[in-house]
Amino acid sequence: MSADTENTTDYQRFVAATDEGGQQLRPRSELTATEVLREVGAVLRMSEAEVAKLGDLPDDPDEDQTMIINMGPQHPSTHGVLRLMLELQGETVLRCKPIIGYLHTGMEKTGEQLTFAQGGTNVTRMDYLSPLANELVFSMATEKLLGIDGEIPDRAVWIRMLLAELNRMSSHLLFMATNGMDLGAVSMMIYGWREREEVLRFFQEVTGLRMNHNYIRPGGLAADLPAGWRDGVMRILDLLPDRLDEYDILMTGQPIWRQRLQGVGVITPNEAMALGATGPILRSTGVEWDLRRGEPYLHYDKMDFDVIVGSYGDAFDRYAIRLAEIRESMKIVRQILEQLPSGNYRIQDKKVTPPPRARIDESMEALIHHFKIFTEGFKVPEGEVYLGIESPRGEIGCYIASDGSANPYRMHMRDPSFVNIQCLPHMMRGGLVADAVAVISSVDPVLGGVDR
Amino acid sequence: MSDDAATTDESVAPEESNEAVPELHGCLVGSSLGQTVVFPSREQYVDLVKALADDGYLMCVDLAGVDYLEFMDRPLPASVDAQRFEVAVNLLDTVGCRRIRLRVQVPESDAVLPSLFDLHPGTEAMEREAFDMFGIEFSDHPDLTRILMPEDWVGHPLRKDYDVGRIPVQFKEANS
Amino acid sequence: MGLVSKGRLPAPLTKLFNMSRSYSLWVYQWGLACCAIEMGAAFGSPRYDVMRLGVIPLPASPRQADFVCVSGTVTDKMAPAVKRLWEQMPEPKYAISMGSCANCGGPYWDSYSVTKGVDQIIPIDVYVPGCPPRPEALLEGIVLLQQRIKNEDMAAKWRGEEFTTLQRTRALEEAANRGAQDDASKPIVVGGGPIE
Repeated sequence: MSADTENTTDYQRFVAATDEGGQQLRPRSELTATEVLREVGAVLRMSEAEVAKLGDLPDDPDEDQTMIINMGPQHPSTHGVLRLMLELQGETVLRCKPIIGYLHTGMEKTGEQLTFAQGGTNVTRMDYLSPLANELVFSMATEKLLGIDGEIPDRAVWIRMLLAELNRMSSHLLFMATNGMDLGAVSMMIYGWREREEVLRFFQEVTGLRMNHNYIRPGGLAADLPAGWRDGVMRILDLLPDRLDEYDILMTGQPIWRQRLQGVGVITPNEAMALGATGPILRSTGVEWDLRRGEPYLHYDKMDFDVIVGSYGDAFDRYAIRLAEIRESMKIVRQILEQLPSGNYRIQDKKVTPPPRARIDESMEALIHHFKIFTEGFKVPEGEVYLGIESPRGEIGCYIASDGSANPYRMHMRDPSFVNIQCLPHMMRGGLVADAVAVISSVDPVLGGVDR
Repeated sequence: MSDDAATTDESVAPEESNEAVPELHGCLVGSSLGQTVVFPSREQYVDLVKALADDGYLMCVDLAGVDYLEFMDRPLPASVDAQRFEVAVNLLDTVGCRRIRLRVQVPESDAVLPSLFDLHPGTEAMEREAFDMFGIEFSDHPDLTRILMPEDWVGHPLRKDYDVGRIPVQFKEANS
Repeated sequence: MGLVSKGRLPAPLTKLFNMSRSYSLWVYQWGLACCAIEMGAAFGSPRYDVMRLGVIPLPASPRQADFVCVSGTVTDKMAPAVKRLWEQMPEPKYAISMGSCANCGGPYWDSYSVTKGVDQIIPIDVYVPGCPPRPEALLEGIVLLQQRIKNEDMAAKWRGEEFTTLQRTRALEEAANRGAQDDASKPIVVGGGPIE
C-alpha cells in the first residue's frame, strides 16, 4: 500500500534526522523479541521430563553452578495451583518457567455443549475472583451476536456497572489480603478478608450467592435489585474509606513494606506491551490503558474517574494502583447511586427473555415459552465476535463463533491472568528467590482463569 | 429481531455484493458486527501482522484456534477458501483505540502456521494453547509443547471430533 | 503407648486421646479452585474464624498436618500431586472433600480432563456439597469430622483396619462374648456415628 510506504519513509527520515534512540525509533515490525524484551532468555524452555533427568550432580562442582527447583503446584504462595520451575544460582533466580494446566477443566469445550442461556453458569467459574466480569463479557458478546446490544434497558446497564465495580473492589480487597499474607503482613490478610466479606454480603443480598453468581445474563439480569439494596451499598461506602486509610498506615507508608516491594519485579512499558499484559501490570509501567476509558462500554463514558498509572513498573506500583482503584471504584459506585434510573431489568424481547413468573400460572403459552427457552435456549445468528472489557486483572475478552444454533460453536475466553502470567520470568530474572513470592503476588493471577 | 438478523448477515459478508473489494496491505478486509476482520492467507499472515504493527497495532491481545469441522459452510468472503482450522488473532492499538481481527485459514492436512513469537512475544502461551487444544503447529516457536494438558496426553481436546467427556480417566494410578 | 501397639486400649483413655486429637487439628489447605476462596474465607477471615473449633490452618507442609481439606477441582494433571501429598502426611490422617468438583466432578462431569471425584485417589472422611459450599458448610463439615474422630476406635486404626467406631467395637465384643457371630458382622453405625 502506498500509504504504508510513506509512513515507513517518514519513520526512516525521522530516525535519520535524530541520532539518539535509533533502536527505539525503528519500526516495530523490524524489532525482534530479543530486542523488545530485555531478557528473552528469562524463560526456562525445558520440558518437565528433561528437568527430571537433571537430578544427577555433575562430577566437577565448577561445571554446573545452577540448580532447578520446583515451586508448586501446591505452594501456599502460588495462589492456587501455579507451578514454577526456577533455575537458581545461589539465591538469584536466573530463569523460570510457569507450568500451568493443573486446573484445566475444559470449560471452553463445556461451553460448546451448553446453550447461550446456560453459558453464564459456565463462564462465571473461570476467573473466580471476578465472576461478574466473566458473566458481563459473555453476555455482552452474546448480545452483540443477537444484535440486541443497543436495546438493553438502561437500568440493567447501570446495575451491571454497579456490580462490576463492586466486584473490582472485592477482587482488589482479596489481592490486598493475599499480597499481605505473602509478604508477611498477616494482619493485612485478616483485614482484607474482613472487608471483602462486606462486599460479598451485598452480592449475596442481590444474587443469592457469594461467588459464581450467574446474575448477569444475555439480555439483562436474572432479577432486579432487592428492596433495601441501597443501604447495603451505602454500608460498604461508609465503611471502606476509613479502612483503606488504615491500609495506608499499615502498609503504604511503612518502610518495611516499601523495601519489600519497591524495585522488585520491574517491567518496562515496551516489555509489557510486547507480552500482551493488561490491567494493573500495564498501567504500573505508566501506560494509561484502561478499557473503561479507552473503549468505553456500558456507561463508563459518562463516569468521572481517574485511570491510575504507576511510573516504575515494580511490585509496589502494582500494589498502589490496586489500592487506588478501590477508591476510584467507590467514586464510580457513588455516581451510579445518584444516576440509577428505574425501568426494566431485562430486555422485553420474547426471543431471549422468559415470561414473568406470574404469567406462567395463568397462561399456557407463557408456560410453553418458558419451557422452550430453558430447554432449547434461543438461537443466535451466524457470526463471530470478540469483545473485551476491563476486569480487575486486565482485559477479559470473549470470542464467540456461532453457527446459528442455540449453542456457541466456539467460545474462547481471553483471560488476563493467562497472558499476564507470562511476565513472571521477565520480572523475576536477576531477582532474589525470596522476591519471587512478591512478584507472583503482585501479578495476582487467578488460576481458574489461567487454565480455564 | 428479523431486522437484526438481516443486518447481521450483511455485516458478516459485505464483500459479496459490492464490486470494489476493500483491502488492507494486500489482504481482504471484511467486517463482522462492526468489527474489522482481515482474511490473510498463510503466506501473508506474518507480513500483515508486521505491517499492522507499524500501523500502531502494537499489542497482540488474543490468539485462538477454531475447529470448523462441523461448520464448513460458514460465511466467508468469496475468495477465501474455507479450511477446517482457523486461527483468530486480535490486535489492539492502544493509542488509536482500534482493534482488528485476523482470521487465517489453516488446512487440516498441513496444520502449520508461522509463529508470531518474534514480533509479539506474548503470543507464546496462546500459540502453545492452540497447539495443545487443536494440534495447530507454529513454526519457529521456541517451545511448542503442551501447556494445559499433561505432556503425555493423547489427542487435542477442543477438536470437534474429540469426545466431550465421559471418557475413562487417564490418571492410571487411581486406587492403586 | 504399649497398650496401643498391642491393639488394646482402655475405652476412657481412647476417649481422652480422641478428644485431644479432635480439638487440635492442624489442617493443610489444598486450595485447588474456586472453593479455595471460600475455604480461605472460612479459615482466614475473622468472620468465620475456624480456630474457635480448635482447627489450626497454618501447617507449613503436609508433614505437619492432621487433616487435609481438598477444595476444588482435581484434574488428571493434578491427581498425581494430590496423591503424593496425601502420602506425605503422617498417620492418623483425615480428608475433607469440599465442593462438588472434589466430590464427584461436579459441573465438569462431562469434562475430558477432570478427575471425577477425589475419592478415586485418596480416602475421604467428610464430603461437603455445594458449588462452592458456603464457609458455614465447611465449618459444619469440620464439626462432623471432629465427631467422627471422637468416636473412632484408635486401636483398630493402629492395627491398620478400616475406620471403626467405638460403638461398633463394643458391639462386636459383646457379640463375641455372647458367642453370636452373626450379629457381629452387621454394621452397627453407618458413617461417622451418631451426632451428639
